[in-house]
Amino acid sequence: MDFGEIKNLLLNKFGSGVLVEEQTTGLQHALVIDPEQIANVCLELRDNEQTYFDFLSCLTGVDYGVEEKKFGVVYHLASIPFKSQLTLKVMKEHDRTSDILPSFQSVCEVWRTAEWHEREAFDLTGISFEGNPDLRRILLPDDWEGYPLRKDYVAAEEYKGIKIN
Amino acid sequence: MLSAKTRYTQLTEHLEPEEMIINMGPQHPSTHGVLRLELITDGEIVKEVIPHMGYLHRCFEKHCESLSYQQIIPFVDRMDYLASMNNDHAFVMGVERMLGIDKDIPKRIEYIRVLVCELNRIGSHLIAIGTYGIDIGAFTPFLWCFRDREHIMNMLEWASGSRMLYNYIWVGGLFYDLPVGFEERCREFIEYFKPKLKELDGLLTDNQIFINRTAGVGILPLDVAINYGCSGPMLRGSGLKWDLRRVDEYSVYPELEFDIPVGKGEMGKAGDCWDRYKVRVDEIVESVRIIEQCLERLQKELKRTPEFDPRAKLPKKIIPKEQDFYVRAENPKGELGYYFMTDGKTEIPKRVKARAPSFNNLSVLPEIARGVLIADLVAILGSIDIVLGEVDR
Repeated sequence: MDFGEIKNLLLNKFGSGVLVEEQTTGLQHALVIDPEQIANVCLELRDNEQTYFDFLSCLTGVDYGVEEKKFGVVYHLASIPFKSQLTLKVMKEHDRTSDILPSFQSVCEVWRTAEWHEREAFDLTGISFEGNPDLRRILLPDDWEGYPLRKDYVAAEEYKGIKIN
Repeated sequence: MLSAKTRYTQLTEHLEPEEMIINMGPQHPSTHGVLRLELITDGEIVKEVIPHMGYLHRCFEKHCESLSYQQIIPFVDRMDYLASMNNDHAFVMGVERMLGIDKDIPKRIEYIRVLVCELNRIGSHLIAIGTYGIDIGAFTPFLWCFRDREHIMNMLEWASGSRMLYNYIWVGGLFYDLPVGFEERCREFIEYFKPKLKELDGLLTDNQIFINRTAGVGILPLDVAINYGCSGPMLRGSGLKWDLRRVDEYSVYPELEFDIPVGKGEMGKAGDCWDRYKVRVDEIVESVRIIEQCLERLQKELKRTPEFDPRAKLPKKIIPKEQDFYVRAENPKGELGYYFMTDGKTEIPKRVKARAPSFNNLSVLPEIARGVLIADLVAILGSIDIVLGEVDR
């Protein structure tokens, strides 16, 4: 199935609300999905015999910048039988001043590999995932403050009394 | 902030009377670097494994926020430091595709890239096999593997000036052409290495002690492997013919002849530690075949000429159009991916995320190590072949 067919399949299955935007400017096209439906969309894409995206290559948490006030997650799917690839994105507006983290649905139940990827996104970009059973920091120490890959991150001056420069 | 208890808390807050938490690592010879495993044990049986990593986190992505593409290459080297050439190749390929110059790269450069990558793949697999042997008590293969790998290190040092972290493959070309006499020296090495490989194979593959320790241990079923995002020898050990060199047909791999070895469960069940080991041994044989074909072409139709300049196609400024791009390639450990976000204005990418094969391969460990003996856990971990530089990035 090519990109257009997958798009139509999702539109037929979930209605027109599922697709927020279609990004076709670059070399690799992407579908921007409604964040409330991403877990179901992923499940459908994995289980549908025509798409069969059984392999999650990569999951990335993205901070789109201070002015944009947007956070997002990018999913890179691969299908082993069809040798195809697909990029999905979800985005949410978020005012970074509030204490509540931007939150997306977890896709752990669809691909177990997402668990660690989501932990990494949580650790570095400060994105929460509802339904991830083990959302802890993974690369940084447990007591680290802040999320280093956020665009407004300021490096701490010291860590446990040790000066950083 | 998080109301529900994480799985980690659930596992560790209440222990049964017979259970005990044992800490393995981060300074432990069999964890292959600074990996810490928290084991919940009942006697000798491992009930649960909880990996803790991050001890070697060097902020790769944070560094990339302020570096240009060419400057990122040395950082990429340091992820999987046993296979730097392969890391470079994948990264450079991604940038070249974004720039649209991937079709203009001269054939000689592509063949040199594949040659050095396959040499590095042999080096990486030799480490995997050697250290795997030592993990479960065979000392000799370790020494033999390091002896043979040293020849590869010397050759790659000759070409790039560095022993392990090469920075040799550049966007649009190479650092330098191969030194004069490299092809002949490489041929000599291959002739030397082929019988050595047979010796090594005889030392471990049919060794009854080795088989007892690995066959039927740590069985990774294919559906679990795919669901956990395992790739490379892990996935092929479970019996799936999936090699991105063939699937994506990047670089000059379509012009080269090689097979994709898969695990068949010859000694135990498909997807056990022995299969993963065997896939690596067979892949070395295939890499040797690829190197021979590369040398053949580099010495005949793609011979070095005085006018040949590997830096001729280097772009003056690397500014790809605004887009998101994901590139993947087959590393010795599995699928290495880079996710680029570019703004089309500066030479500095907005975001570079690395999808490390070791990171995903390691994530399956708690699943396949549940209920095994502690000694078998060492055998399983060794067969995954992780590099902590890549897990932690």
